[in-house]
Amino acid sequence: MTWDYDGMILLVAIAAAAACALPGVFLVVRGMGLMGDAISHAVLPGIAIGFLASGSRDSVWMFAGAAIAGVLAAVLTQALHKFGNVDRGAAMGTVFTILFSIGLILLVRTADTVDIDPHSVLYGAIELTPLDTITLHLALLGDVEVPRALVPIGIVMGISIVVLGALWKELRLASFDPALARTLGYNSGVLLQVIMVLTAATCVACFEAVGSIMTVTFIVAPAATALLLSRRLGVVAVLAVVVASVAAVVGHLSAITVPGWFLGAGFDTSSSGMMAVASFVLFVLAVLLAPQRGVLARRFALRRLAATVAIEDALGLLYRLGERNEPDDATTVHQLLQGDVRVGAARVDRVLAALRKRGLAVLDAGHWQLTEAGRSEATGLVRAHRLWEAYLSTRSDVPVSHLHGAAERLEHVTDAALAQQLAEATGDATIDPHGRGIPDAPPDKP
Amino acid sequence: MTNGAMGERGLLDVLLLQDYNTTVVVLGTTALGLAAGFAGTLLLLRKRALLGDVVSHAMLPGVVAAFMVMRGLGGSGKNLFGLLIGATISGLIAAWLVPVLRRASGLKDDAIMGIVLGGSFGLGIALMGIALNTPGGNQAGLESFIFGKTASMIRADALLIGWGAVVVLAATLLLCKEFRLLCFDEQFAASIGRRVDLLDGALMLIAVAVIVIGLQAVGLILVIALLIIPASAARFWSDGFVPSLVVAGTVGAASGWLGSTISALEAKLPAGAVIVLVTGGFFIVSMLAGTRRGLILRWIQAAGLRRRVRRQHLLRAMLEAGEGVGSVTIDMVCGRRRWTAQHVRRQLRRAQSAGEVLRSSAGAWHLTPSGLTAARRIVRNHRLWELFLIHHADIAPSHVDRDADLVEHVLDAPLMAELEALLEADTTLPSSPHPLGGVT
Repeated sequence: MTWDYDGMILLVAIAAAAACALPGVFLVVRGMGLMGDAISHAVLPGIAIGFLASGSRDSVWMFAGAAIAGVLAAVLTQALHKFGNVDRGAAMGTVFTILFSIGLILLVRTADTVDIDPHSVLYGAIELTPLDTITLHLALLGDVEVPRALVPIGIVMGISIVVLGALWKELRLASFDPALARTLGYNSGVLLQVIMVLTAATCVACFEAVGSIMTVTFIVAPAATALLLSRRLGVVAVLAVVVASVAAVVGHLSAITVPGWFLGAGFDTSSSGMMAVASFVLFVLAVLLAPQRGVLARRFALRRLAATVAIEDALGLLYRLGERNEPDDATTVHQLLQGDVRVGAARVDRVLAALRKRGLAVLDAGHWQLTEAGRSEATGLVRAHRLWEAYLSTRSDVPVSHLHGAAERLEHVTDAALAQQLAEATGDATIDPHGRGIPDAPPDKP
Repeated sequence: MTNGAMGERGLLDVLLLQDYNTTVVVLGTTALGLAAGFAGTLLLLRKRALLGDVVSHAMLPGVVAAFMVMRGLGGSGKNLFGLLIGATISGLIAAWLVPVLRRASGLKDDAIMGIVLGGSFGLGIALMGIALNTPGGNQAGLESFIFGKTASMIRADALLIGWGAVVVLAATLLLCKEFRLLCFDEQFAASIGRRVDLLDGALMLIAVAVIVIGLQAVGLILVIALLIIPASAARFWSDGFVPSLVVAGTVGAASGWLGSTISALEAKLPAGAVIVLVTGGFFIVSMLAGTRRGLILRWIQAAGLRRRVRRQHLLRAMLEAGEGVGSVTIDMVCGRRRWTAQHVRRQLRRAQSAGEVLRSSAGAWHLTPSGLTAARRIVRNHRLWELFLIHHADIAPSHVDRDADLVEHVLDAPLMAELEALLEADTTLPSSPHPLGGVT
């Protein structure tokens, strides 16, 4: 790892990653995540025509051809979807496969006279970028030698930042509420078209430098990862750029180290391939670990909720036993809870232990007794339960036999204020549909 | 890339399968087109048109891994069967990952598909980089596996495709009823006890089978095209499940047959690309001429509706402008809407030939008895709808005209009967609930 070589690769990779991630955010929000893949195939005829028209391998012509073909693919996809009523994915697939085939035929037909390898354009190698450098004269830093590939990427990134910044408010509106944007007079179709054109230009600028696979992946993966971490568009855009940069660095480092672990020192592999893999891995990590929307976070939240519900159900049971003067010795309660809450004996032990620890109930000479606090909370729960039954029996078509189940779920999410509203709505009912008394509201906690 | 000598053969010879080599290719691509049309329709109706794209890209790491494993075991690494197994396994993993990650992340399908496609293809490229670096790791052949080599298809390839197509067709027909339920009403399918996950799995298996047999024969892009384009073309012809399957299968097979034939006739026409272009031709024809939602049909329908709306607007304008007077001048009719005199004259001539209006004296027109009946019915519909909006939708009288203006043309007899019952209207013409005047 040397700064001259790997540093330049990382510089290009981070620039390309950031350039792709920015328009990617809007593509992903609008459900066009595969646009990069479509454009990567659709640019082939543009490259071929640009090459045939100029007769040189000068990349300016091929770049122009590719950019036109990319924009054409974006426009055609949208037109097929809108005017032809074709499913958006299918429209995309139709357009890019046909354009790719036209390009392939052009290249094969002229293969005798020209020597162009589509792979070199589509699968550009980031490992080669440090070999072709130019010197930039920067005001503050003096002359800096940078890879030539950085120039087109820098230009499209600059354009992206300017355009996205200028249209920020409109884009935000059109991304999250296209209908509202329309009523306010913004044409969300035109905005989407702008994003697609930006994407096409970004793709073409990045293909030659870093290859299509990294470009295609970095348009969608960092944006999707960022969307799991935040719901604010500005934060998402910044996060997407950060995630993309991290994936680029991790990808390159693993490309030059990981093969060595298995095959011995000196082995490496494709950096852009590993960068794509790294962005995939970061996405999977976010799916698992994201603070609110991650799988683990949601599972923990469910666990906590289940624990609360189990404790509340136990409180309700003790209250009802007391109300009906039924036996409340430890063994009976244990058995009833197992049947009632439908959990194993170990869970019941934990629930009962939690009741004692929180001072809601005590075991007094082998009998469970609600404490003052426990009775107050249990009263609130049973009151909510029976108020819901009373309310549902008059206000909905829920049959009486099903009232209990509905109330059982609702009681856990009913606070004192809602219970009061229910009481008013039922005309301060004192008896639930099963004929049991509805307790008064417990006194407010100090 | 085809052999140049074929250029001299006649079109008929090739179309009628007179040449052995081309016969193999033509039969193989035809069978593939048929199978892909079926599988593609299932994917499209399940709203997963681009899954084929993901799965086919995701086969690269499987192929390279299989190559490396077979080399590690001492083989040459190029055993076709081994490579196919590798491709199938990694394709299936990708097809399984997409719904799993979608459920876990709550993001849309397209983002997940893009990520899986990119991640897996990237892994394939990285593995290929390693395979290249290991001694003796000449990866030649893996390339053609991904990009196809249609013209050099041999009997064994064609046989493989043929059998694959038979299996796909049989599976689709066998599960036809279940797939129809799955595609059109997933919830209902689940509620009557069908295992949606298993059916989705079967669908994925079918798609992966088509891609695996097609990938090595014709290349990645062609497989995607054959999965997507015939299925999309079929949607222009029918909404039905079985008709869609039949049209897509036919378009796919015809494209395979015609495309490989054309490429055999002319040197330097890559078969895969030509087949895609033929499919594209079928798609464009379908989009224009399709009998279900083709553009020409929709254009004719829209033109018919426009004509009807113009006629009804003219008759209503004449009746309302001439209420109490009888005959009206062109100026009076123009004032009802933002019409030019020219437009009104043209509409009047059209109505005259339909026998609905007559020119009484210079510049004055009046409704004939049949025109009057039609106009009274239209105005009545308009006003009843306005009354409905005022009394039942709480819309202010000043705002109902525009809405009724749009709706009056599509009010049919049963709806009018319902409206009359609701408003307790008699058969007379109600007076307008809002002041009449020109639309200004």
